[in-house]
Amino acid sequence: MNDRRVVVTGLGTINPVGGDVDSTWRGLLEGRSGVGPITCIDASDLPSQIAGEIADFDVEVFMPRRQARRMDRYAQFFWVAAQEALGDAGIAYEPDDPEAYRTGVVVGTGIGGVKTFEEELTTLLEIGPHRLSPFGIPKIIANLAGGQVSIDFNLYGPNTTTVTACAASANAIGDAAAIIARGSADVMLAGGADAAITRFAMGGFAQARALSTRNDDPQGASRPFDANRDGFIMSEGAAALVLEEREHALQRGASIYAEIVGYGMSADGYHVTLPRPGGDGAARAMQGALDDAGITARQVSYVNAHGTSTAANDVTETMAIKSVFGDDAYRVPISSTKSMTGHLLGGAGAIEAVVSVLAIRDGVVPPTINLTDPDPECDLDYVPENARKVDVEYAMSNSFGFGGHNVVLLFRSP
Amino acid sequence: MDRTEIESKLTDLLVDELGIERDDITPDAKFEEDLDVDSLGVVELLMALEDNFGVKIPDEEAEQITTVGEAVDLVEAKLNA
Repeated sequence: MNDRRVVVTGLGTINPVGGDVDSTWRGLLEGRSGVGPITCIDASDLPSQIAGEIADFDVEVFMPRRQARRMDRYAQFFWVAAQEALGDAGIAYEPDDPEAYRTGVVVGTGIGGVKTFEEELTTLLEIGPHRLSPFGIPKIIANLAGGQVSIDFNLYGPNTTTVTACAASANAIGDAAAIIARGSADVMLAGGADAAITRFAMGGFAQARALSTRNDDPQGASRPFDANRDGFIMSEGAAALVLEEREHALQRGASIYAEIVGYGMSADGYHVTLPRPGGDGAARAMQGALDDAGITARQVSYVNAHGTSTAANDVTETMAIKSVFGDDAYRVPISSTKSMTGHLLGGAGAIEAVVSVLAIRDGVVPPTINLTDPDPECDLDYVPENARKVDVEYAMSNSFGFGGHNVVLLFRSP
Repeated sequence: MDRTEIESKLTDLLVDELGIERDDITPDAKFEEDLDVDSLGVVELLMALEDNFGVKIPDEEAEQITTVGEAVDLVEAKLNA
């Protein structure tokens, strides 16, 4: 199609397992859970009282209070991940740097500023419209994480936002890569964030019967592919990747983690929250990514599963992998890092892309923890309990969202 | 409330509610140019003034304020009205 190849040159994250890429990666390889009892809100009347919180987050370590007050927690998380990723890539622009005009942003978020939404709605109902904050709307809307980093880091290229629920930041990465490939930018910051440990979001997801209620065992609650799983664990945080046109990266001597070689998408066209039984939609997205890369499933060395720990996802995703991989489904190592991070919603696809890229770099794949009693319908190799050395040439990362959005990314060693 | 008290309370508000550096706040300091308070910040400031001084500031009067000293004048006039 064209010869502009897209590589990954920077990584950043803040999530319940770690406050940066190194500590996160170390934690994931050790099989460490970031889940605990909820402390940041009153959860006493909520069905799910456990979550992956970034409980000790002090935004003023990263930016002045004055700036932080204008951003919802989800945007603050993205800002922090973005700063790390840009620093890792060695990218810093002064205002009006010509390169800044060729650098853009795509951010995915599931809900955006839901914490601010709750606060402002409370003000509206209890006091009235004259006391709504002038920053309420800019804090709530889903595109402001991207807007804010463009302001603070001088990124003047294409800037947009994907809101495909739990697949949002996988879409952000795929779309950002496509923007580079078609020549509209040379560098893109791509990722996602959510901060939905709020009473409204926790209550709402619980009513949708999506959350684990294993409140007496927080660290054992996210158990993808296990027979005793009972829902996903809400988590907050963000991840960001710097994507770059390959020649651009080589010319400036950037170190290259991986190349993005495949992007597949499909819609289930079936149900608002449930995946299509049999996993046909997911399978089509996976095949789409393979076709985009021009490879076969046999060449894939690692699959980072969506693996939410919900009854429906883990079975249908397993069926989807089987239908795409055939007999090879039993050969390829698959893991769900949500067993440790919980589910970052709009941040999930991005942190799992970071994991996939690091698996390529280090030749090791993180485990699926809490997989002690596998569901008989989930009979593949999910790398239970311990990280494993695997020479990863191609890593596939699956992300599926409410609404039936299926998004699959494929990375290759550089 | 005398003028000194108003000044001191306003300064606290600017620091606590708007995140402005205390050292930058002088009577002559202009909100936009010197303190970097943009149009959204002005709305926040007015809400803070109304809440903390128990006064009502119509938009037409709010638009006349450009410096910290003028804000103190306005609050003082409202309180004595």
